[in-house]
Amino acid sequence: MTSFDGHDVLGPGDEPEPRALDDIAGAGALSVLRRGMAASPELRAGLSLSALMTLSVAGGRLIVPLVIQFVLDRGFVGGAVRFGLVVIAAGGALLLTVASIFVSQIVYRRLVGVAEAVLLGLRLRTFAHLHRLSLAEHTSAKTGVLTARVTSDVEALAKFAQWGAISWIVNSVQIVGVIVVMAVYSWQLTLVTLVVHLPLLPVLRDMQRRQLRAYDILRTRVGETMGVVAETVHGLEVVRTYGQREAVRGRLHKVIDSQYRQQMRAARYFSLVLPSTDIFGVAAVAAVIGSGVYWGTGWGVTSGELVAFVFLVNMLVTPITSLGETLDQTQTALAGWWKILNVLDTEVEVAEPSAGDVRPLPVGALAVVAEDVEFSYRGSDRVLHGIDVDLEAGSSVAVVGETGSGKTTFAMLLARLADPTSGRVLLGGVDLRSVSAEDRRGSVRMVPQDGFLFDTTVGNNIRFGRTGATDSDVEDAVAELGLGSWVSGLPLGLETRVGERGSSLSVGERQLVALVRAQLADPGLLILDEATSAVDPETEQTLERALEHLAEGRTTVSVAHRLSTAERSDTVLVFDRGLIVERGPHAELAVAGGIYEGLYASWLGNTRSQSS
Amino acid sequence: MRAHPWAHAGGITGGTAFATTVVGFTIVVGRVTDDVIIPGLDDPGSVAGRDIWVAVALVALVGLVRGLSVMVRRFFNFMGAMLTQRTWRLAIVDRYLDAPLNFYRSRSVGELLAHADADIEAASSMLMPLAFAVTVVVLVVLAVASLLIVHPLFALVALLLFPTLAVLNQIYTRAVEAPAARAQAMIGLVSGIAHESLEGVLVVKTLGREAAEVERLSEASEELRRERLAVGDLRARFDPILYSLPGIGVLVLLLLGVWLVGRGAVTIGEVVQAMTLFGILWLPVQILGFLFQEMPRSVVAMDRIDGVLGVEPEHRPDPNLAMSAVPESVEVQFQDVTYAYPDGTRVLDELSLSIAPGEVVALVGATGSGKSTIVALLSGLMPVSSGRISIGGVDVADLGPDGVAQLVAPVLQETFLFADTIRANLALDVDVSDNELRRVLRLVAAEGFVDELPDGPETIIGERGVTLSGGQRQRLAIARALLRRPHLMVLDDATSAVDPVVEAAILDNLRAHRGRTLLVVAHRLATIRLADRVLLLEDGRITAEGSHEQLLGVPGYAALARAYEEATP
Repeated sequence: MTSFDGHDVLGPGDEPEPRALDDIAGAGALSVLRRGMAASPELRAGLSLSALMTLSVAGGRLIVPLVIQFVLDRGFVGGAVRFGLVVIAAGGALLLTVASIFVSQIVYRRLVGVAEAVLLGLRLRTFAHLHRLSLAEHTSAKTGVLTARVTSDVEALAKFAQWGAISWIVNSVQIVGVIVVMAVYSWQLTLVTLVVHLPLLPVLRDMQRRQLRAYDILRTRVGETMGVVAETVHGLEVVRTYGQREAVRGRLHKVIDSQYRQQMRAARYFSLVLPSTDIFGVAAVAAVIGSGVYWGTGWGVTSGELVAFVFLVNMLVTPITSLGETLDQTQTALAGWWKILNVLDTEVEVAEPSAGDVRPLPVGALAVVAEDVEFSYRGSDRVLHGIDVDLEAGSSVAVVGETGSGKTTFAMLLARLADPTSGRVLLGGVDLRSVSAEDRRGSVRMVPQDGFLFDTTVGNNIRFGRTGATDSDVEDAVAELGLGSWVSGLPLGLETRVGERGSSLSVGERQLVALVRAQLADPGLLILDEATSAVDPETEQTLERALEHLAEGRTTVSVAHRLSTAERSDTVLVFDRGLIVERGPHAELAVAGGIYEGLYASWLGNTRSQSS
Repeated sequence: MRAHPWAHAGGITGGTAFATTVVGFTIVVGRVTDDVIIPGLDDPGSVAGRDIWVAVALVALVGLVRGLSVMVRRFFNFMGAMLTQRTWRLAIVDRYLDAPLNFYRSRSVGELLAHADADIEAASSMLMPLAFAVTVVVLVVLAVASLLIVHPLFALVALLLFPTLAVLNQIYTRAVEAPAARAQAMIGLVSGIAHESLEGVLVVKTLGREAAEVERLSEASEELRRERLAVGDLRARFDPILYSLPGIGVLVLLLLGVWLVGRGAVTIGEVVQAMTLFGILWLPVQILGFLFQEMPRSVVAMDRIDGVLGVEPEHRPDPNLAMSAVPESVEVQFQDVTYAYPDGTRVLDELSLSIAPGEVVALVGATGSGKSTIVALLSGLMPVSSGRISIGGVDVADLGPDGVAQLVAPVLQETFLFADTIRANLALDVDVSDNELRRVLRLVAAEGFVDELPDGPETIIGERGVTLSGGQRQRLAIARALLRRPHLMVLDDATSAVDPVVEAAILDNLRAHRGRTLLVVAHRLATIRLADRVLLLEDGRITAEGSHEQLLGVPGYAALARAYEEATP
């Protein structure tokens, strides 16, 4: 009854990716298993021993009907009861049952251990791989989907490992075991049982398909209801101030009713599927009794065997039903597994240099050279065309241009968040591709515009700027940027928690943290992506001053959204549709009659008041 | 429960039929064993063909009725639960629509969504097990009775075995509860780390923290694994016992039965009957244990739902009275208006102001000075703590939100657009001609980008549609307000994301319409300078007013103006 499965965890906005399921349909469960085994060494360890022990578990379940048959057939001779024999048989069966309990306990523990080891390994390997992928693979639209790989997909597998997988192993062995025992008693009666059950498989499959479809539609309905509820809550002020309350109420009641109607449609299958299998089981019992009594003597069936058969039929129906119920879960799990494996197979584009190819970066401010750099995102149009840039060490450069002009992509390439499709980037004369990750971390620092912070304290967020930074390093960095009074103004100073993504701080304050973080790293190249959103005036002034301090003695490349930054820079690069169309000092470009002059004039006209 | 009697009556009928046929089936199997199977096979030819047919028909019939009764029970129980869900859901969304604004301020959107979905789901998850429990009680009573009739010793075995099973189940459930809850919490934590880390992937990369992030996830996942292993360990210990116990019971019955058969107290068929009963009975007893695992979660969810339903709806004047009270003039008066948060913090402190019809007024003040509160009060979104706000001489409290909506069109800081077409977003529930739509789109300089969208004004925007920039969304929100042809327009920082050039054009357009009153909360000098009059808000009061130039002499205002000037992007 809980609807908490993969689809719910994904949350709104994430595509359900129907393609992945089709992929599997083509590939088959076995190939998922084969790929999965290859990707998880934990799964291969001790597999055969576990398999052997599982066999004995299923064997334990067959004891009861075997003893019933034995006792009924051998326990009575004429009118007398051979009680000694019965005690030995039943006592022996009791002992075996107890023994099988112990074996089961061990098997179970092994299976759980293996499953958890596999899940842990898979989750961590996938997560690490996701972090190795270049930024081009991490578009904001995909964040949710990628997160789902290491969360809901792994959880679907975990759920499967806890219930479904064990159900598959134990139940399929039980089914085979029951059929073998049946066949030993009487192949004719076995045939009768199987023939009666035969229609069950297509019927069950068909009903489960319909059920899945009904639940699929239901999930959509639930999504719709939640969508309208979310709108109502988010848009509450508009709903009320625009007199939309009753209209929205009508919509809400409509979607809730339609969800209810779909729930009742799904209820049909919910109430039909399980009892149907039971009815087949009973039909098999009736058929076995009828044919067994009618022809049994000819087939050599004893009364004990026939009674045992009645119990055995029951032992056949239960695992079939369980398997049917885990089918849905199995599909979800396999689909998740497949998607995880696909992530692991995604090629890492930004490869770190091998030890022999590593070249060290010079100390201090870094000169920046771009040689005929081109870039296109995987399978998309080119974003940068033949960019050539030569920036002196220690200079400050402003990159301006409209949204989509390629200026942010250019900044990304300088930080090696992606590699140029062709051409190369040199820092301090060294090809960026031969710079070790550690060197890059120390000498090249990009301050992204979104001001994302980790949900911990301000101090910890700053400390992330450099591995091994101490408290006093953090305090020094704060002081160097002149932010002492800002920090002491925070409720708990450096110990203030920043909330999810840093939401308890303002946009400007988040940027301050990012700047101190950069200061701590003491990079030779600083790449700043200015925020577009408005920052409150007081923080803005603090920010400007901190930036000035931070830029001292470093090469600075700023993706500028406000032209005051360009005014202060040594050089301005004007991007337009993936090309640098103008370059030079601000003072020259502002009167050159090109794009920049136009941008500057309109900016000036709108921001400077007459009074100043 | 009481709300949907028919569904529950159907469920109980089905359940009782199920219990009866389960016991009936075992009796039939027992009798068939004695009268048909044993004589038929041990003494060939002693059973007439007709008797065999009767036996087969009887088994099939009782079995069929049993299966059908399960269908009936499941369907009606499900129906009862779903009807209850629907009732709760309707009540909750109604409460969401009618609750006072403070209700929302104290809760996150996530919480509100959870009440309407996960909480209802959890609270109602108890209903089906409860209904099933009734069935199981009937079943157990009938089962024990049927065994008593056969032989008291059989009943005794059942009374020893099934309570043991139930108790063991309970012990297991209790023991597993804590690690399972911890594992569940760890899943949340692991997901949180993964989500944060991948959402902040840009920062992770720029900081070179990839390895540290993997380590962070590794620690949490390791913890999760430990909790899961603890759960698995308990399951490994209990599951085989719980599974094998009924089998042990059957073996004991067999032993006992053979002994009793020897003494002539029972027949073999009766032993088979008892054994069959044991084979069927353990499943419901066990299922019941699993289902009640949900109980505590369910009770907590129910409390949360009650918490929402217990909220008093906000005061709304009679809509007809409110509509008839709507005045002609939009002269705004704030008289000694105080607004305080529930915790007592005063945002507005006996503030008075007035705005004449046709005036363009800018409201200026530092962050937290109470600008947005003024807007919310004037829009009828929340009531004043004390004092009086009137529009055209009528108290806003008497107009209510619906009455105020006739006069005032506020455009708030956070733009909100429905996931619908642009036209539907602008028109809401009124019919709007194409010309009218174009006119307002032109006024907010949105015609250009709207026409470039795949379906023009019919383009669906939002989650499943086209994503618009903040500035574009703000322009549409202003257009929506303009379409109402409001007498009083309130812009609460409504152009913050709009390009300054475009913003100036929009404001010029708004000003050009004489006779419309305009209250603008502004952060840009260009906007402020457009106003006839500027009000300076400090600490919940108006401390100065006049033209922009006049106010530059006021120190507090001059400082703000300087900050705005430097901050303007």
